[in-house]
Amino acid sequence: MSPYGVDQRHHILSVLVENKAGVLARVAGLFARRGYNIFSLAVAPSGDDRMSRITIVVDVESAPLEQIVRQLDKLIPVVQITELDPAESRERELLLATVAVGPEERGQVIQLVGVFEGKIVDVGADRLTVMVAGAPGKLDDCEDLVRPYGFVELQRTGRVALPRLDRQTHSHVRTHQTEKAG
Amino acid sequence: MSQPELTGAQALIKSLEMQRVEVMFGLPGGAILPVYDPIIDSSIRHILVRHEQGAGHMAEGYAHVTGRPGVAMVTSGPGATNIVTPLADAYMDSIPLVVVTGQVATTSIGTDAFQESDITGITMGVTKHNWLVTDAADIPRVVAEAFHVATTGRPGPVLIDLPKDVANATMEWYWPEPSDLDLPGYHPVTEGDPILVRRAAELLLAAGRPVIYAGGGILKARASDALLELAERTGIPVVTTLMARGSVPDSHPLCLGMPGMHGNYTAVTAMQRSDLLVALGSRFDDRVTGKVDTFAPGAKIIHVDIDPAEHHKVRRADVAIAGDCRLVIEELLSALDALGLPASGRSGPGGDGGATADSRSTGASRASGATPMDALPGSVAVPGSLAATFPRERLDSWRAQLAEWQERFPLGYTGQAGEGGLKPQYVLETLRDATPDDTIVASGVGQHQMFASQWWRFEHPYTWVNSGGLGTMGFGVPAAIGAKVGRPDRMVWAIDGDGCFQMTAQELVTASSERIPVKIAILNNAYLGMVRQWQEMFYEERYSEVYLSPDLPDYVGWAESMGCVGLRVTTPEEVGPAIDKANAVDDRPVVIDFRTDAGEKVYPMVAAGASNDDIVVDPALGQGGR
Ligand SMILES: Cc1ncc(C[n+]2csc(CCOP(=O)(O)OP(=O)(O)O)c2C)c(N)n1
Ligand SMILES: [Mg+2]
Repeated sequence: MSPYGVDQRHHILSVLVENKAGVLARVAGLFARRGYNIFSLAVAPSGDDRMSRITIVVDVESAPLEQIVRQLDKLIPVVQITELDPAESRERELLLATVAVGPEERGQVIQLVGVFEGKIVDVGADRLTVMVAGAPGKLDDCEDLVRPYGFVELQRTGRVALPRLDRQTHSHVRTHQTEKAG
Repeated sequence: MSQPELTGAQALIKSLEMQRVEVMFGLPGGAILPVYDPIIDSSIRHILVRHEQGAGHMAEGYAHVTGRPGVAMVTSGPGATNIVTPLADAYMDSIPLVVVTGQVATTSIGTDAFQESDITGITMGVTKHNWLVTDAADIPRVVAEAFHVATTGRPGPVLIDLPKDVANATMEWYWPEPSDLDLPGYHPVTEGDPILVRRAAELLLAAGRPVIYAGGGILKARASDALLELAERTGIPVVTTLMARGSVPDSHPLCLGMPGMHGNYTAVTAMQRSDLLVALGSRFDDRVTGKVDTFAPGAKIIHVDIDPAEHHKVRRADVAIAGDCRLVIEELLSALDALGLPASGRSGPGGDGGATADSRSTGASRASGATPMDALPGSVAVPGSLAATFPRERLDSWRAQLAEWQERFPLGYTGQAGEGGLKPQYVLETLRDATPDDTIVASGVGQHQMFASQWWRFEHPYTWVNSGGLGTMGFGVPAAIGAKVGRPDRMVWAIDGDGCFQMTAQELVTASSERIPVKIAILNNAYLGMVRQWQEMFYEERYSEVYLSPDLPDYVGWAESMGCVGLRVTTPEEVGPAIDKANAVDDRPVVIDFRTDAGEKVYPMVAAGASNDDIVVDPALGQGGR
């Protein structure tokens, strides 16, 4: 299975952090020194300009999720941590790839990308740059299908996620903001 | 009404004064120069060290014995990197420190400027938090935040990095209100969850082989009195870890002493066989648990820790309570009240006769380990209450078992025979018995540290200062100096190894010039003894790079050159008189070079990674190694 796909080992943490210099280094450094594996990490401004949101897909086989969350929570600039169960959340990711295709095969790739509701971003003499946004598993499929044409470059952003709206209860969202470590 | 304009440097010193800092330890240099000028006019005493590592360990020793944050200030680059070890040490042992480092001007940061080092980056993993100040107006707020973070929750070291141009800039002075602190992600818990506390209290009442596993958090939370009340009311014995020695008096009949790799047989085995471990401010360190899979296999775990990340980290707890140890123990006591086990009516250590002998017994009786488990203070359950269904007598057979182990496997050594140099244990027993029982003892790291922890009798909290988590050689001398600065009324001894002494001895120059009369006992075995012990036991006596020499350096001459009194002791008869002589000196430091037996090993021992069930007691004592 592609490293991007959803499986039992993956958990998503949506982490609200103070928007200050060095915060990403603190988060990344914590994962590195405690031996926690990260599958992907995406940082972006949040609605509040004093805060940023980091979406981290962690490998819960490298350490129990509870440990990861509690250690993360000890970082002073970490304001809130929300655990998102992959089964209970909406995840999206963006893929950008340059494919080595000349005029003859171009049509086939454009068609494939179209199936995944992707876009053609750039066209060269023997190259094509495509963009696909969607659920990470979809991007995996697209990637597999386009690969035979030859990737010159491939970049994925890592996922961002929000809880699924199920109208019933929000009990699946576990938020850690009161239980701060000293 | 406008506030006075101050330079950033003045604002920093004034902020430290606002935090009621009385002493700071440091050494100036280019980037921190502006801040050293207002020190001349400040009420804060600055102690000029000879190496920045010394400043950090002094601040730790000071913090440990006073309960107040230690403060150190150093320059950028090498000054800052020299204090990384004390920061790491304080981080491991949860000691509140505030370290201020100079930094190159903001305009030069990132250019490899002279004496630039990325100290906030370097110390990210060994501080609770750190700040790079880029605006002089932030200084009072950052200082207030730094002290708040260092001293609340799980205490720890913090660092403030102050660029030179920010120190020279001007700002309008203010002092922040607590609500002005900008720490939206920092809310340490203090009080325990009442439901969990009640569940814990029920487990305490029902257990048949309970042990309280007291750690350094007891001291950080100033919870010794509360702990003693809990132990006495429930009759549950207490082991005190390396970081918690003195939190319960060693002479108390419920105190089993130190567990762990070099713990005594009873403390180690009591934990192994217990059916309930009450971990209070302790963190299941590998030096305590031995092989985790076989650690205390039959025990339920109550784990009280102010840092929830410690819960379930090593061992899953049955009841995990996040909170301050003192508050949670007090809540537990109230819960016991409610369950029918009221206060014992005893006022504190030594409050009533017999049980807590306030005179020291001799070394010999200490070595025999026979603590009287009868005559225990305790309280009587209210008839018909839950407590009454679990009468105190249920613990009798457990106590009898513990007493039997104490009898059979006392801490021991072969005694001070003439041959082979002084026995370190003999030196320690003599020193212990010749000093007041509130003497503060600091130590380095190695065999001498373990011997000291084993053979001293700690009767008061905050009398034992050592490097537990990081195991930092060279900690002893500067930590003792910091402790003496914090508690000038107390006698302070450092028990040091010859190897450790050579790492930080230059701070005795600081002590001499600042008139800080600490006393140093070097247990000079001419070896990196602890490493030698491992090579002897696990590498077939192939000694690799552990020999030091007994007389290079000449410790007495070195001590004297640093303004100390230097004494050398080679025979058992000289031990007592030399100590008396040292105790009589109070205008300068004293160093005694005790020539000890290099062959002496620390026992009992649980080999690294082995199960605590495989504890080995001293084979020379004829216990068959177990
Ligand atoms: C800074 C540092 N370096 C190395 C070690 C590894 N180490 C642990 S104990 C020890 C020997 C200490 O020798 P000494 O101070 O003479 O004490 P002894 O064990 O002989 O009592 C060493 C090298 C350490 N703990 N700290
Ligand atoms: Mg030695």
